[in-house]
Amino acid sequence: MRYMFIVTSAHAGPPPPALLEAMHKLADREIKAGRMLDNGGLMPLATGAQVRIKGGQLSVVDGPFVEAKEVIGGYAVFELQGKEEALASAREFMQLHKDLFPGWEGTCELRAFAAGGP
Amino acid sequence: MRSAAMTAADTHRAILAVWRIEQPRLITSLARMLRDVPLAEDLTQEALLAALERWPATGVPEKPGAWLMATAKHRALDHLRRGRMLERKHDMLAWDMDEEQQAMPDLESALDDDIGDELLRLIFTACHPRLSREARAALALRMICGLTTEEIARAFLLPEATIAQRIVRAKRTLSESGLAYETPHGEELSERLSSVLEVVYLIFNEGYTAARGEDWLRPQLCNEALRMGRVLTSIAPYEPEAHGLLALMELNDSRTAARRDAAGEPILMLDQKRELWDQLQIRRGMRSLGRAHELGGAGGIYVLQAAIIACHAQARTAGDTDWSRIAGLYAELAAVVRSPIIDLNRAVAVGMAEGPEAGLAIVDRLVHEPALKGYHLLPSVRGDLLHKLGRYEEARAAFEAAAALAGNTRERNLLRRRAAEAADAAMSS
Repeated sequence: MRYMFIVTSAHAGPPPPALLEAMHKLADREIKAGRMLDNGGLMPLATGAQVRIKGGQLSVVDGPFVEAKEVIGGYAVFELQGKEEALASAREFMQLHKDLFPGWEGTCELRAFAAGGP
Repeated sequence: MRSAAMTAADTHRAILAVWRIEQPRLITSLARMLRDVPLAEDLTQEALLAALERWPATGVPEKPGAWLMATAKHRALDHLRRGRMLERKHDMLAWDMDEEQQAMPDLESALDDDIGDELLRLIFTACHPRLSREARAALALRMICGLTTEEIARAFLLPEATIAQRIVRAKRTLSESGLAYETPHGEELSERLSSVLEVVYLIFNEGYTAARGEDWLRPQLCNEALRMGRVLTSIAPYEPEAHGLLALMELNDSRTAARRDAAGEPILMLDQKRELWDQLQIRRGMRSLGRAHELGGAGGIYVLQAAIIACHAQARTAGDTDWSRIAGLYAELAAVVRSPIIDLNRAVAVGMAEGPEAGLAIVDRLVHEPALKGYHLLPSVRGDLLHKLGRYEEARAAFEAAAALAGNTRERNLLRRRAAEAADAAMSS
């Protein structure tokens, strides 16, 4: 089953080098194990933009976004046996943050892809 | 409120999930310590049993990998000590204990272990050509993918006892033949690699050709094979056939969502809704195929088969398919492996590229091929070509012959339908 992990946090600023290195190693292991299909970290929201529809009107809003609290920082796509494996994998990823980024708070959301086909 | 039994089952599944992630590192570390793969497998299984016993009460620890590694290593150290006590090699003991300390990694830096070489050794051992194909498949799923005996049995639709016995026997064969810990080199390596690739492809096809994926573990076999393929290409990155096999599997698997209709009836490739093909997987497959070509492997059997499937994967519609390229690739493949089944496939491609007459000429040469005697696709292909040539009465007879040979009910029904269509066409022509 394919899962997307989406990491969100209100914490601004880059992760410490030790965490970056640990995440890199974890990603490397997961790619070599054939579980991780794709991953990426995202640039700060301020450098992005949003295209919105509200009240039937389409508008483009450039950053920074004052109202944004939890911001998506990165994602990964996994091919996993099921939700238990996704949970085990996400726990391991978040444990690294707990150990190597004191004070950081955030969420790793795991979502199964909707199956294609009939 | 959730029942206690439910919670226990959840914990059990959670433990097995952690196990699947950690198991390759456990078994490779122990194999390096013990210089014995089957024994390492036994002792890592003991660590799993310990977790299954302890964690339901304590909860899954914060760092389950470290817990499992410590437990497994203690078992291994106990084993080494026991062995040495028996041998009374006291003078050796002090030195060996030093070695053991070095073998005991800093648990915090477990991610630093590069297990590539050891994992390769593990895969080569599990897929040793001395073992039967079935035994290799079971061992690989157990030792490389971390599936339990029960899961493997369900996937292959066999009793658990059969699989358990297969695994025990295979491990005994390895131990008794002195193959418990060795890595092939040089020329032997490529021969041994083909034994590995064969097993991975066997596992993939077992899942892919399953009549119906009623048990989720049958399609799961495809995913396990894909994982193994990805593992192989990352730890043996210079082997073009490993990339070729991965490409072949990714490209075939990309069609999974389109292969059956809502009632579970198979849909032939040319009739499938191509928008259901998984583009992420096609891209991965094409990347692997490109890598195989860069490595000079264009003529390998997996690479050629992947190149054929790639022609389909890249055609936006069935009508866009480059059949003459496919026919050419089949001709190349037939030059490498003598197989009447490849010739039959080539006949289909030639029939599409150059017209039914040219295809039929190849099929008619295959009619007396002993290897195809009783193979329903021979009269089925022949019927299709005859139908296209307007020789409806002969087409009807061919489809009926094919239906009589088909083992699968759904396929038999399809062939009977085609026989009836040919009969109608014969009446009205």
